[in-house]
Formats: sequence, C-alpha cells, structure tokens
Amino acid sequence: MIRRLLALCISLLPAPCSLLLSQDTTAGKTVYVKWCAGCHGESGAGDGPAARHMIPPPRDFTGAVYQIRSTASGQLPTDADLLRSIDEGLPGTAMPGWKTKLSDRQRRDVLAYIKTFSTFFADTTQRPQLLQFGEEPGVGAEALRVGRQFYDSIGCRKCHGDQGRGDGPSAPTLKDDAGHPIFAANLHENWRFNGGATTTDIYHRLRTGLDGTPMPSFSDLIDQKFLTETELWRAAEYVRSLSPSEPPVVRDVIHAPLAAHGLPRAPDDSGWNAIDTYWFPLVGQVIHKSRWFAPAVTGVWVKAVHTTDSIALRVTWDDRSVSPDSSWLGHVGRVLAAVQTDDSSREQPALWPDQIAVQFPVTIPTGMERPYFLMGSSSAPVYQWRWVSTARSSAAAGLARGLERFDPAANTGVGGQAVYDHGQWRVVFTRALASPDTATQLAFRTGRAIPVAFFAWDGSNGEHGTHMAVSTWYFLALDEPVPARVFISPVLAMVLTLGLGMLVVWRAQQKTSYRRQQ
Amino acid sequence: MNGRILSVVGGMFLLTVCSKGDTGNAAAVPAAPPAAATSEASADGGTITGKIKFTGTPPKMPTIDMSEEAACKAKYPAPPKEEMVVAGAANALANVFVYVSAGLPANAKYQAPSTPVVLDQNGCRYHPHVLGIMVGQNLEIKNSDPLLHNIKAIAKKNRGFNVSQPNAGMTRDVTFSAPEVMVNLECNVHGWMHAYAGVRPDPFFAVSGADGSFSIKGLPPGTYTVEAWHEKFGTQTATVTIAATESKTANFTFAAH
Repeated sequence: MIRRLLALCISLLPAPCSLLLSQDTTAGKTVYVKWCAGCHGESGAGDGPAARHMIPPPRDFTGAVYQIRSTASGQLPTDADLLRSIDEGLPGTAMPGWKTKLSDRQRRDVLAYIKTFSTFFADTTQRPQLLQFGEEPGVGAEALRVGRQFYDSIGCRKCHGDQGRGDGPSAPTLKDDAGHPIFAANLHENWRFNGGATTTDIYHRLRTGLDGTPMPSFSDLIDQKFLTETELWRAAEYVRSLSPSEPPVVRDVIHAPLAAHGLPRAPDDSGWNAIDTYWFPLVGQVIHKSRWFAPAVTGVWVKAVHTTDSIALRVTWDDRSVSPDSSWLGHVGRVLAAVQTDDSSREQPALWPDQIAVQFPVTIPTGMERPYFLMGSSSAPVYQWRWVSTARSSAAAGLARGLERFDPAANTGVGGQAVYDHGQWRVVFTRALASPDTATQLAFRTGRAIPVAFFAWDGSNGEHGTHMAVSTWYFLALDEPVPARVFISPVLAMVLTLGLGMLVVWRAQQKTSYRRQQ
Repeated sequence: MNGRILSVVGGMFLLTVCSKGDTGNAAAVPAAPPAAATSEASADGGTITGKIKFTGTPPKMPTIDMSEEAACKAKYPAPPKEEMVVAGAANALANVFVYVSAGLPANAKYQAPSTPVVLDQNGCRYHPHVLGIMVGQNLEIKNSDPLLHNIKAIAKKNRGFNVSQPNAGMTRDVTFSAPEVMVNLECNVHGWMHAYAGVRPDPFFAVSGADGSFSIKGLPPGTYTVEAWHEKFGTQTATVTIAATESKTANFTFAAH
C-alpha cells in the first residue's frame, strides 16, 4: 500500500511543472476567438473586422513573421518573445498589453494557439536560437558623440532622418511586407517604440531587425567585424538620448506667464526657452463622418506667454514632410488604400497642405459648460486660429460651426510665424488680449481658465477636412501679475495689530496710575 | 493494484502534456536523409531552348532618381532606368524565369551545386535582377557600394529575412529550404531596387538573356510543363515532350500591358 502511494506521489510530482509549461490550444482558441479575432481574424491572417481601421495593421500569424524577437532576422521568435508582445503589447500600435486582462494560463494557451496558424512552428528544422546581446557598456562622456557618428555611418538617417524624426530621404517610400504604408519611427518618441523604450530594447532591435518591416538587422556588422558590439551599443545609446528621460505627462492647464521682456513672436526666439512646455495627445477624428483612423500627428507641445496687452502661443509638432510634397504621393495612395473610410468612393491621392488649428470658446465660460469640443456646432460656434503650410507667415481666425464649416473673420489681429526644422513644425500665433470683435472673437482675460483644444493635419498622410487628429478641451491660464498689495497687506496688518496692542497697554497703564493717585 | 495502474497512466498523461508544451523549444530531430538516390542533370539529356518575346509597345521605364546616392549615381554615364521590363532587339524579353513546373519523377532528388549564386548590389541595382537557385544552394549576397543597403526577402514558403549591409565588401550567405517561385528581394533604402529568386528543387531552370533566349539542359526523357514567369507580364506555360537526347524548342510570347 505504501509503495502504491509512493508511486502515485512520484507520478504526480511533475504536476506543477506540467501545468506551467503545458499549452492548451483548445483553450487557447477560446481566448483567441473572444479577445484577438476582432483584429487578427478568425483564421489568424490579420484580417479581422477592425483590421481595416489600423495602420500598422494587425499581425498576420499565418506567415510567422514577427517584429519583436531575441533571434536573428528570418528566425522564428521564442515563446518568451511572443509572450512579451502579448503581455506588454506593442506601443505605438493598436495592440494593448494583456498581462492584467488575461490569466497566465490564458496567455500561454493563446500563445500556443497563435503558433498553430503557421506550419513553420511545427517544422523541427526551424529552431530559434537566441542571439548573444551582451551588457550595455555604460554611457561615457564620449558615448553620445560616438553613437551619433555610427548613426550616420551605418545609414540610420536614410530612413529616420538627420535628427531622427523619421523624415529621411527613403521615408516616403517605405512599405511593410504586405505593401502597407509604414513610417520610419520618430526616434524622439521612445514611448511609441514597438519593441520597447530602453537602450537595451533599442540595441536588441538593432541586432534582430524588425522582421516584416523595412528595419533590418545590423548583426552582420559585428559578425563581420565592421563594428564592435560596444560601437553598436553607442548607436543605441544615441537613439535613446533623443527622447525625453520620461514619457510626457498630460497637464490640463497651460500656464502662460507674464513676459518680462516683450513677446517672443518668432518660433525660435530665445524668449521661449524659459517657458514651460505642455504636451497634449492627439487621436484620429473617429466621431463624425468621414472618420479618420490613421492620424500621423500623435501629439503637440505647447508653450504660451503674454504681456499686459498681447498673447503668444507656440505649437510644436513632429511631421515628416513639408506638405504638399509630391514625393509622398505614393505614401498617400498606400494610406488611402489601407484604411477604410466612410466614403463609398475611394479617395484619390492629392497634394494637401499641413495644418494646425487652436480652438477657444467665443467667450470665456463662467460655469463648466463648454462648446462641443469637435469644432462647436451651428448654434454654438467656437473661435479658432488656423495655420496652413502653404501660407507659412500668416494665420487665419474665425468661427467654426461644426467640422464642415469655418467662417474666417476679416479683421483677426492674429499673427502667424512658422519654422520647419528637420521633421518638426514650430508655429507661433500672436494676438492682442482685447478682442477685435467680442461677438465673434474671444477676449483673453488674465486669471481665468480659458478652454483650449488642438487639431492637426498632415497633408502627406492624406489628411484634410474631417480626416485629422484631434484633442479634447484643455485649459489656458494667463497668469496674473502678483499685485503689490499681496506683499504690503500682511506688513500693514502686523503694524496695525502691534499699534493697537500698544494703545491698549498704554490706556491700561494710564488707568492704573489714575486709580493710584486717587 | 488500481493505484499502480492509475499512477502509470497518470505519469504517461503528464509526460504527454509536458512534451507537447515543449515542442517549440525542443531539440530538433535531424531531417531524415532522402530515401531516393540523388539524381543529377544528365550531360547527355534532352534540352529545351527557346526565345521569349512580347507583343505591343515596350513600356517606358521610369528613370531612377539617385541624387541621394552620389556614389551610385557616379557609376552611370546616363541616369539609369528601372528594370521591370528589359527589352532587347525585336521585342526580345530578358529576365524571364523559365522552369520545369511539372513532369519530373516524383521521387527524384537533385543535389544542390556547391558553387553559390551571387547577387551583387552595385550602383544601387541588383545584379542579376532575376536569378534561379536550388533549394539548399548558397545565395551569396554582396555589397559593392560604399553605402547602406538592406536586403529584405519576402517569401511565403521560405523564411523571409531583412539584413543590412552598410559597408562595401560585406557578404551574407543564405539558403532557401523550400521551392518557391518567386522569393522577392528588395532594398527599402532604395525603393527601386527589386530582385527575384526562383527557388527550385531541381536544376531545370534558366533566365532569359538580353536577346530573350534561354536553354534548359540535361532533362531525362518525359513530358514536361514548362512555365515562364515575368515580373510584369505574368506567367505562361507550355507542354514539351522529350525523348532521349533530343532538343526541343519552346517559345513564349507575352502581351505588353
């Protein structure tokens, strides 16, 4: 009996191990159909109902070509690689992380099921082998200079551009394996890197490449002794240095301080340097027809400052081209072919400009009520500043009455100045605080929370009209100068209190001596 | 007794589950050696030769803008043109991949030659533009330009890849594991650079030259389907029967569109 029990125990011992390692494709299918098929399709071909609203499109599992791997280009990913993409998602794409949404067991099961879509995983001659990456050598004083040197010499700039904003000479021609349009990553936005934000992540992508995309593996440079591993690490360190140390955080209120020395009117005026920057995310306009699912502008950086009579507001955003630019027409065609819109007739690629709009209410609201954020309505219009890349040194202003109608004002008093610099627009709007016409144009006042919203169009991404990127309402506050009474009142109060106290004491002493005399 | 059976069955079950889970990382079993004896293209076999032409006006090829790559631009006296259609005299069509798509014995195995096929990146173009290669044969990809090329292979039956060669003198050897017509090769830095590799399990293929001619040698007697593939004009097939050492002609005429 004891021996039997012992045998039973031994046979059951590997149970925890098997539970961890086993992958149940039947259970995986249930998870897949419920959570994944909407984008990736029932058959795993990346053709689910939502796929036509996405750039980049969902992964087609049938080819077993994966971007995020720890293996050489052309090899299959490891299970750990696939699990990482399932757990963390792919930043900068529609793929979310599932770590908190699905259990460990469910994620392992769905991983096993995804592998059944391709015969490559069952092929025993296809053995993924881990690349040896080594450790980051540590950033020395010279590291970034050396990194920049290799960034140039190994050709990163061909696609990613001189300053890394994805605006290199080859950028307009890029396609993925299926011919879908693809942007060279903007290296200033590491929080949107598909394979992760850290220097190590970047180095791993340099070594493995992002299979299925134009990003190649640079491992041969090391294997054939054209570069040392440390030198390639330097390139990764340089790329990491282009992004902020922390991803930007949304702060709802733009504080516009009172300028000490006049208004900075030029985009690169040194007066902007000391002023705080605010970042606001933009998303595709998917509320009203015709909707737009592939916005190129994903955020704007805003600074504002004012004097006693005027305001200047600078909007900075990354854009891969000065539109209209005929070299991007092919890209526009690919975007329009890849993304489903509401139009029954397919739109033809054309040369559209870049645009930005800054939106305010017509009057500063007293309560919480604000006009409709998406360019107001016919009954409740909004006041907008608009700038177009075809008229760089000017800006329009007027009333928007919904997405389709903008009535420019004749006398706007709004100035515009723009600079395009290596994949980035910087546009400054200026205006007097007082309104040229209070019925249609906002009168700015200090010390009030003024609603503000932003809209952007990248013409070289096929954006115009309702095809744009939008923000929600945020606030602009023109900081009031601190009045002198703030400093004088407390002193005055102290002097008065002291004086009164002394008076009371003196009167009391007077009375005491009077009584004594009596 | 019942307990003992249970433990054995349970153990077997767990083993099965464990091994199932490990499939992805398990050491691969070496592929079984081919059962059939290796055949070779016989020197005294039959030959299929032919000429490839097209009807209609030769399409105008766009000029390649190499202004971003001075080192490549300098290699051409006049601005080079794209190579989707390379026409010779009298509408002869070059760069057509011609191969035996059916008719060979099902169990025939052919040894890949030990000499590699070379694909050179020179002057920001691929040389050759179309190539044929056997399964398992080395494709030596080399860069003769002092600038970045990436070589991306887009395939369905083979594993695609994407590797970079930023320096002149870099080489990369690749092999293909399955027949596939075609594996697309492209450079994403230079959007005009395309090459095509026809991967075959046998040596019976050829690429038409500038005069449109091709020749497939060493075929055993039989009736074959011969397919001609062109990147722009599509595919055509012909049936050819060969007895002993005879030489047959198979001409193909594509329609320009």
